[in-house]
Amino acid sequence: MKKTKFYSVHEKLGAKIVDFAGFKMPVQYSSIIAEHKAVRNSVGVFDVSHMGEIFIRGSKALDFVQHITVNDASVLYDGRVQYSAMCYPDGGIVDDLLVYRINEKEFMLVVNASNKDKDFNWMKENNNLDVEVTDESDDYSLLAVQGPNSKAVVEAVCDKPFELEYYHFFSGKIAGIDAIISRTGYTGELGYELYFKGNESTAEKIWNVVFEAGEKFDIKPAGLGARDSLRLEMGFCLYGNDIDQTTNPLEAGLGWITKFKKNEFIGKETLLKIKSSGLKRRLVPMISEEKAFPRHGYELTVNKRKVGTITSGTVSPVLDKAIALGYVSTEYANEGNQINFLIRGKEIPAVITKLPFVKK
Amino acid sequence: MNFPENLKYTKDHEWIKTEDNIGIIGITDYAQSELGDIVYVDISSELTDVIKGESFGTIEAVKTVSEMYAPCSGKLLEINPKLNDEPQLINTDPYGEGWIIKIELKDKNELNDLLDAKVYREQIGQ
Repeated sequence: MKKTKFYSVHEKLGAKIVDFAGFKMPVQYSSIIAEHKAVRNSVGVFDVSHMGEIFIRGSKALDFVQHITVNDASVLYDGRVQYSAMCYPDGGIVDDLLVYRINEKEFMLVVNASNKDKDFNWMKENNNLDVEVTDESDDYSLLAVQGPNSKAVVEAVCDKPFELEYYHFFSGKIAGIDAIISRTGYTGELGYELYFKGNESTAEKIWNVVFEAGEKFDIKPAGLGARDSLRLEMGFCLYGNDIDQTTNPLEAGLGWITKFKKNEFIGKETLLKIKSSGLKRRLVPMISEEKAFPRHGYELTVNKRKVGTITSGTVSPVLDKAIALGYVSTEYANEGNQINFLIRGKEIPAVITKLPFVKK
Repeated sequence: MNFPENLKYTKDHEWIKTEDNIGIIGITDYAQSELGDIVYVDISSELTDVIKGESFGTIEAVKTVSEMYAPCSGKLLEINPKLNDEPQLINTDPYGEGWIIKIELKDKNELNDLLDAKVYREQIGQ
């Protein structure tokens, strides 16, 4: 089991540690709900160093990224980030990822920890353009500073002031250490992700300056538990829950990143066919007023008949209501439709709503 | 972590406090800490009796769901009415305000099968 370079910091803070995607990761420090609210109301910090960083370099780097991802990377410019996905030829999802254009000949792809090795192998297998594909995940630490007060905190520790639009990044220094500062995150809040290299003491130094700068905002460390409930309130997909190799981006509500105008990408032909023949099921957001807790794998029913399956569920800490994502047969998947969570044999009424669950 | 001496414990992490033939049941400090934020306690409105060792309901935490097992058999007298609105009382005060059910014991001899604080503590490695 691997440890991130922040591991001793988590231990000192008394975090509850779990095994996740091959890493010892903090799932919570004090309380998932308190950490969740800290991010929504002020600022919270996540160690997400388990994420993978794979670099594509070479004169055909852009063409290669275009070949393996479904979004149109040609619209990117230096310093621009894009949410995308990689698909198999059958349209199933290899992974969802962030594409960073460092320059025309260099891209950084940030992938899920649980898929990193699979992704890396997939990229190498499909490297028909002689680009250099390098897995630099072990070199990079990644700290996500998220919440309405995140800008004040990051600006206080950065060597220069900045105005950064959503999904943009720049290279700067944090506490004298070279870092990529990216306005991205998985929470729906204003937030920044800091990528940097170095050892445990580098990581601890960055952690400490961030927490000193955030003290006046009552900054809190936040674990994977809050990360999951925050992303679900926004309806962001989680690979392994809501999307995987058996789901395609169109039914997952990721049609907006699937650019058919692009010449070619792996999976395009199949996805075009799926699009023209119509979707059999769709990933929809559902909400219930009942005291209930929908979870991954529970059935969805209408008139006692199974019409789908929940892929993610929680009680929203902000709304204090049960929220869920799940695949539902298209005929039942319209917004406003009544649907039931089947929880321990009991039908709990819910309604199909729209995203995000928590309006920003 | 706190494990009061005057309670009896199960290996499934419930406690019971008895006075005459009345038993109050909850989950231990260790259990609440392992579960994390508790958001919902689900006990069937049709439940009238609990049976030793059998599930009498489920407890939902943000990350996981867990069954609750009765330490002793008996007739259900009351479900903690505060838990409906404040399930987090189980986290903040597991042996006090966070109690879960009250029962009338069917057979007080069943108490002899339960663990005392010291043995329970050893079992969970505390």
